[in-house]
Amino acid sequence: MNFDFSDDQKLIQKTARDYLAQHAPLSVCRRVLEGNERYDAALWKGAAEMGWLGAAVPEEYGGSGLGHLELVLIAEEIGRSLAPIPFSSSAALATEALLVAGSEAQKKKLLPRLCSGELIGTLAVAEGTGDFDVATPGTRIEGGRVTGEKLPVSDGDVAGIALVLVRDGSGASLALVDLEAPGVTRTSLESLDPSRSQAKLGFSNVPAEIVGASGKGREIVSKVLDRAAVVMAFEQLGGAQRALDVTRDYALGRYAFGRPIASFQALKHRFADLFCAIELARSNAFYGAWALSHGNDELPLAACGARIAATDAFELAAKDMIQIHGGVGYTWEYDCHLFYRRAKLLGLVLGSASEWREKLMTRLEAREAA
Amino acid sequence: MDFNDTAEEAAYRAKARAWLDANAEPVDPNEPSGDPLAEREDDDMIRSAKAWQAKKFDAGWACITWPKEYGGQGGTTMQSVIFNQEQSKFKTPPPIYTIGHGMLGPTIMTHGTPEQKTKHLRTMARGEEIWCQLFSEPAAGSDLAGLRSTAVRDGNDWVLNGQKIWSTGAHFSKWGMIVVRTDPNAAKHAGLTYFILDMESKGIEIRPIKQINGGSGFNEVFYADVRVPDSNRVGAVGDGWRVALTTLMNERVAIGAGSATGGFRHLLKLARDAKRGGRPAIEDSAVRQKLAELWVTQQGLKYTGFRTLSALSQGKIPGPEGSIGKAVGAPMAQEMAALAVELQGPLGATRDAAATLHEGLWQGMWLATPGIRIAGGTDEILKNIIAERVLRLPPEVRLDKDMPFRDVPTGPPSK
Repeated sequence: MNFDFSDDQKLIQKTARDYLAQHAPLSVCRRVLEGNERYDAALWKGAAEMGWLGAAVPEEYGGSGLGHLELVLIAEEIGRSLAPIPFSSSAALATEALLVAGSEAQKKKLLPRLCSGELIGTLAVAEGTGDFDVATPGTRIEGGRVTGEKLPVSDGDVAGIALVLVRDGSGASLALVDLEAPGVTRTSLESLDPSRSQAKLGFSNVPAEIVGASGKGREIVSKVLDRAAVVMAFEQLGGAQRALDVTRDYALGRYAFGRPIASFQALKHRFADLFCAIELARSNAFYGAWALSHGNDELPLAACGARIAATDAFELAAKDMIQIHGGVGYTWEYDCHLFYRRAKLLGLVLGSASEWREKLMTRLEAREAA
Repeated sequence: MDFNDTAEEAAYRAKARAWLDANAEPVDPNEPSGDPLAEREDDDMIRSAKAWQAKKFDAGWACITWPKEYGGQGGTTMQSVIFNQEQSKFKTPPPIYTIGHGMLGPTIMTHGTPEQKTKHLRTMARGEEIWCQLFSEPAAGSDLAGLRSTAVRDGNDWVLNGQKIWSTGAHFSKWGMIVVRTDPNAAKHAGLTYFILDMESKGIEIRPIKQINGGSGFNEVFYADVRVPDSNRVGAVGDGWRVALTTLMNERVAIGAGSATGGFRHLLKLARDAKRGGRPAIEDSAVRQKLAELWVTQQGLKYTGFRTLSALSQGKIPGPEGSIGKAVGAPMAQEMAALAVELQGPLGATRDAAATLHEGLWQGMWLATPGIRIAGGTDEILKNIIAERVLRLPPEVRLDKDMPFRDVPTGPPSK
């Protein structure tokens, strides 16, 4: 049994960690959060140059040709640094959608530009309140033209292309839309985590091409979400671990009643619970990474486990982070709210944990029935 | 990253499997696994357990990690895990040797005299004699070093007095390993000494404890002027705590390696069979959310176990993070049982095998699981271990640590 990453993979992770420690301290996240930029362009360029955006993309399409085990470890470091870049939207969602369902021509044309970072991509599925994984999209395609509205779309205001789930006759298809095209309106929304942008996309008779088989949009989106869920689970893990580490250091240095607050059992048990939650999430994420990289039938279940556990762990870590910091944790000046915002945002952008728990049950039942 | 055996591991597994195929009957995976804490400790069970252990010993499958000179196989922990994984697919007698083989044997190997090793380890490995652990006391559970049973030197013997509790299997054990206080004037941890005790000695009285689930796997053991020869002492006088820690460290490995998380499929089946609002309970959204949560926790434990096995496979020693398995697994088992009982509605309030779904098995588990959260380290002690040894947070304030043990308060001050 070797349920672990290889030394080479760990070296890639270490390189990413070192790079981000130097180029993406939390002040970079804060700068985007407080400023008018929607993401940090210099860091995005750096991520592209490091080969991260195409880590799992074959070299023939401009990628690094490594694999998903490398991609997830890079995602963990992106998460640890709270990097304010559209990594998950572009490198996980859009890129995976093209890898899963794109035609040769689409892959040849778009993947190199996504890998180089010159093009940002995203996936547009949700339409307002309700399930993220909307059953019958109101946005529709007729005669090769898309009309409708998607809300919210992660990084929709900075992306150059979107893969849009659209109604297509009686079914649903995935449509590739150039967001620079006439008829597209992009509205930035105030994000719960302003270091990661959210937008509304309007389409009025915008030309589009279908990605994958016509009428198979929901199946494709489901596959893409499974893959992105595993990648994002590592991003969430990285954030959760950083929150734990920072909070631990704070609790060791903060004295009350004549002793470090980390010595109080009420907090020690809180830390122990958090440690368990993170480690269980890590184990679920490892399993997801294994299933993803081996193209295994277990991926639909493993992705649910990875998504749910990582979402719960990061949200717990971020909540505890503020609680254990006490009053200062509630100030704008301290970094706790960066984690609190990011944890919730990541926990929602692919659909909430409860939505994934429902998905998990449907899949478990299907497997038991088989 | 893969789940495959190395070539050596695969060969070892095949060899183990072949021997088990020839010597035991396989388990039917669709058969309910039964109450995990059911106690069937009658003479027949002991006889069959002894016979199975002797068979394994003679064929070279007993105490795989022990050195050959002590009756083991000089194998790796991974080989031991592989054999146990394969053995779990066969019907075998209940594991009455876990404490001896997993904890007490290794303690004798580390701290025992040459004579003790020669006299005991081989017969322990072959299962001819069963061993029990005599550590906890009524006033020393989580605070084990606060134990009050005493031993006083008398010539070549020591004379023991006091009481132990929660001694699994004491009633069918030939030998026990006991920690007692030999110097009440020394500080708490410094006044303890560790002995091997012949359970047939005069002055020992063993009383079974009736548990809340009706079973009696544990005992109270009383000592009245029990004589133990000094040659049975393990480690130096006053060094008992250090010797006991060897035992306890091996307990964590033994428990961590064996933490099973089966049962979810049965819970899923129960949710299909039980009704809520006239429909199968599994269609109820609240039930689905809870089931999904439990599945994810269980998967997390399973793959945390695989990560531990990977470390073992690479020759690394698992650390205190192994406490996760019990810290999370025990409360989860209780939650699963509580959900399963609740899913049966008013019927859940009965334990009648014929009336309940799944033959009252979940009710049994619900009654058994509070014990799992206490035995071998409570939830709270495990969290302390994780906080202090894994996360390196400050240790608990211990007011009794440096004072003579006789001065340690045992109750509220008298007015």
